[in-house]
Amino acid sequence: MDALRRTLLRGAGASGALAAAIAAGLLKPSQVLAAEWNRVAFEAKDIGGALKGIGAGSAADHAGIVLKAPDIAENGAVVPVDVSSNIPNTISLAVLVDKNPLPLTSAFDFANGALPDLALRLKLGQTSLVEAVAKTADGKYYIAKKEVKVTVGGCGG
Amino acid sequence: MADPMKIRAQMKGDTAEIRVLMSHAMETGQRKDSAGNTIPAHFIQAITVDVGGKRVIQGQTGTAVSRNPVFGFRVKGAKVGDKVVINWVDNKGDKRTDEATISA
Repeated sequence: MDALRRTLLRGAGASGALAAAIAAGLLKPSQVLAAEWNRVAFEAKDIGGALKGIGAGSAADHAGIVLKAPDIAENGAVVPVDVSSNIPNTISLAVLVDKNPLPLTSAFDFANGALPDLALRLKLGQTSLVEAVAKTADGKYYIAKKEVKVTVGGCGG
Repeated sequence: MADPMKIRAQMKGDTAEIRVLMSHAMETGQRKDSAGNTIPAHFIQAITVDVGGKRVIQGQTGTAVSRNPVFGFRVKGAKVGDKVVINWVDNKGDKRTDEATISA
């Protein structure tokens, strides 16, 4: 958690006001974590950087993550993806697309009864692995992957 | 101001199924217009979902979420009549909040 916070703060480093607010003790780091967009992770250009950015650099494979996506997507601009986790105490899910220019697509935190179950639609620039990362309450990360073949890309112009 | 979201929230057993359609261009910042100029990125960055006055989901999104994003969530322990409030904020600071009521 500490490492994630540091990366996050480094990403937000340009905003001096934020740093000053933390220094003055106005904001607890945990509140900053909740509020600040994780620029480092979202702007990482490769999957390794993106995983590291969300703190999941060493996530282990886990069959408890259910990742549903089409085998072949005709339109890469709209690829329906369903992620759910059967791992006990899953508190967040993140979805990444390996070959996209910016692999991290989204990250969601669940609380107060929300199930770790997420449906969304993604853009895939080309045929790629889609990866789902689950984080548990004790700070462990797990990952599942599935390849989606794309016939028409969704990121070009 | 962006168009309203379409929110559907329905109980299935003890779990509320929430689906939301947001109206947003979700520009990636990778595309170019016909003159060859890069179209600046414009995308939703943060989403929150409150059910019955409690924050149940908060998320961050990047440019790879499809145009006019659709999300599906499931919330256990919600009740018919609970208010669902969904909010998004994009990278230009535009925001939108809409609400719906969970139906049976």
